[in-house]
Amino acid sequence: MSTAIECRELRKTYKAKPPVEAVRGLDMTVGVGECFGLLGPNGAGKTTTIEILEGLLTATSGSVAILGLHWGRDDQEIRERIGISLQETKLSEKLSVAETLTLFRSFYRTGLDPVEAMRQVSLTEKAKAWTGKLSGGQKQRLAVACALVGDPELLFLDEPTTGLDPQSRRQLWDIILGFKAQNRTVLLTTHYMDEAERLCDRVAIVDQGRIIAEGTPRELIRSIGGEHIVEFSVAEEAGAAPSRIAAADLDALPGAEGARRLGDHWTLQAAEPHVTLPALLQWLPNRQLTLDSLTTRHASLEDVFVTLTGRHLRDEGAAA
Amino acid sequence: MTPTDTPRWRPLIELIKSRLREFLREPEAIFWVYGFPILMTIALGIAFRDKAPEEQIPVDVIESPGAAAVADALAQRPERFRVQKLAEGVALERLRKTKSNLAVSAPDSTGRNLVYRYDPVRAESIIAHQVVDDHLQRHFGRQDVITSRFDSYSPPGGRYIDFLIPGLLGMGLMGGGMWGVGFVTVDMRIRKLLKRFLATPMRRRDFLLAVMLSRFLFMIPEMAILITFSHFAFDVVVAGDLVSLLGVIVLGGFCFSGIGLLVASRAKTIETVSGIMNLVMLPMWILSGIFFSPERFPEVAQPVIQALPLTLLNNALRAVINDGSSLLEMPGTLLALLAWGLISFAVALRIFRWE
Repeated sequence: MSTAIECRELRKTYKAKPPVEAVRGLDMTVGVGECFGLLGPNGAGKTTTIEILEGLLTATSGSVAILGLHWGRDDQEIRERIGISLQETKLSEKLSVAETLTLFRSFYRTGLDPVEAMRQVSLTEKAKAWTGKLSGGQKQRLAVACALVGDPELLFLDEPTTGLDPQSRRQLWDIILGFKAQNRTVLLTTHYMDEAERLCDRVAIVDQGRIIAEGTPRELIRSIGGEHIVEFSVAEEAGAAPSRIAAADLDALPGAEGARRLGDHWTLQAAEPHVTLPALLQWLPNRQLTLDSLTTRHASLEDVFVTLTGRHLRDEGAAA
Repeated sequence: MTPTDTPRWRPLIELIKSRLREFLREPEAIFWVYGFPILMTIALGIAFRDKAPEEQIPVDVIESPGAAAVADALAQRPERFRVQKLAEGVALERLRKTKSNLAVSAPDSTGRNLVYRYDPVRAESIIAHQVVDDHLQRHFGRQDVITSRFDSYSPPGGRYIDFLIPGLLGMGLMGGGMWGVGFVTVDMRIRKLLKRFLATPMRRRDFLLAVMLSRFLFMIPEMAILITFSHFAFDVVVAGDLVSLLGVIVLGGFCFSGIGLLVASRAKTIETVSGIMNLVMLPMWILSGIFFSPERFPEVAQPVIQALPLTLLNNALRAVINDGSSLLEMPGTLLALLAWGLISFAVALRIFRWE
């Protein structure tokens, strides 16, 4: 498999007092035809990373190769071959969908017919509508169409579905999957777990400017011990009172791993819930504890993040 | 996929078309570009139209022994003098507020011994003094020793309105170019549209040229409307040829679009760009001869004033409109305007902030 994106020891420090180290030594390799996701909370350095790869920011140090080409030397050639969608762009409100796409198409040496780009994002009916009159989902699809109209080999999408309703998100996912099906490459950033699990062949979890874990969604989930998560709370433990349960006790249960307390409930990973659950139910009454709630679910990338950092993905800046 | 490569000129054409469409779909913008300068020309044209020479002169006669004699003498020509007899305090107060042009007192009951009071730097007062004194001298018996008559001579091109209209055209080109280019550019920067364009293979030069050229296209009809309007409303005629006039307008538009681009090349907010623009435009509003000739400023300042782009443009416009000069007669002015535009554009292209 040939390489679409490669970066080594990428660093970006913004001048400020004190200086802000947005990216601190990030390595990444994305193969052609892959959909690669950068996953992490707001402020993790995802947007800085993707904008360096897009050639919009200059790295403080490190090397970047896009389709084997280099920023600073092959800029025009790279721009001909990539398509991007920024986190937020307000396209000209008084131009229609078709006019906007015709304008973007004119920038590229070769590309799609704007009509075809509209068809791919299901905006054909809105061809004559001003972009200012489009819904949020339609605007975002138009933004992606502007990225597709140059017929790129590589697509960069920065939080493509943030703030969209579930139906709009699914429409965008289908567009991205359709692009990938033509053996083309996608790099996207997101803080939605389900999006990463649904779209990405491989995911890198980014925290504080570094990749703290990388692999297929399944590999990452397996790496934390169990594919199932057991969550429970006990009646006596409400609020912030010191816990009468120690994590070590729970980890000692058969098949259980990575027990931790989050707020007033406990989570633990279980490879085989049919073994771990009966043991838990037996153990609690022995300690004079009454179960208040109990759920089990499949482990998600969110659990991977929590396990690796002890924080929730959307703890910070969840409003974005 | 399209079989052939996109032609070289295509992005520039598409960018200009987009700007024109956006402009034409914005009714307020059309008003500010086309309606507002016309309204301003109407207002200023009416305000500065040449005043009728036979105007009533407000003269106050201060209560004094000879006041009645003086007032009666002046009252013989009611079409020329508007006379009031007032207490000294009241009369001086009116003089201070410029409600009257002259106050006269006559300490002697015959009215043959007069004191005129006025501010010697007020032109109307100086005229009033001469006219009133002349009338009273004759009234009390002075004989004219020579005969004379007066023929009216006010050729087109020599009136104040003829001077003013080219100045207003120049002001319109400056404001239109600066605001039109500067505001739009900063707005696109705020919306991150510039950044989005930068991520495409679009040539930066094409974008900046498109912003400038589309501005031109708006300005030519604007100027045509103003010139036609002032022709019909104020009888202002273009003495020179229209090709020269178009040439000067295009150069002026180019020059100020370039300066507008330069002013907007770094600004991150609308407030910043508005501030810088006012800073750049204000000196030219005052110094560059929109309302009065810049030659009234001291000699030492002239080299600077004459090099300002608006001075160059206003001089060129007046030469074509009032004096009937042709473009070819002023190569220096035209080269200087071109240089202002080209240098601004080149610097803007170099220092432009895309995000």
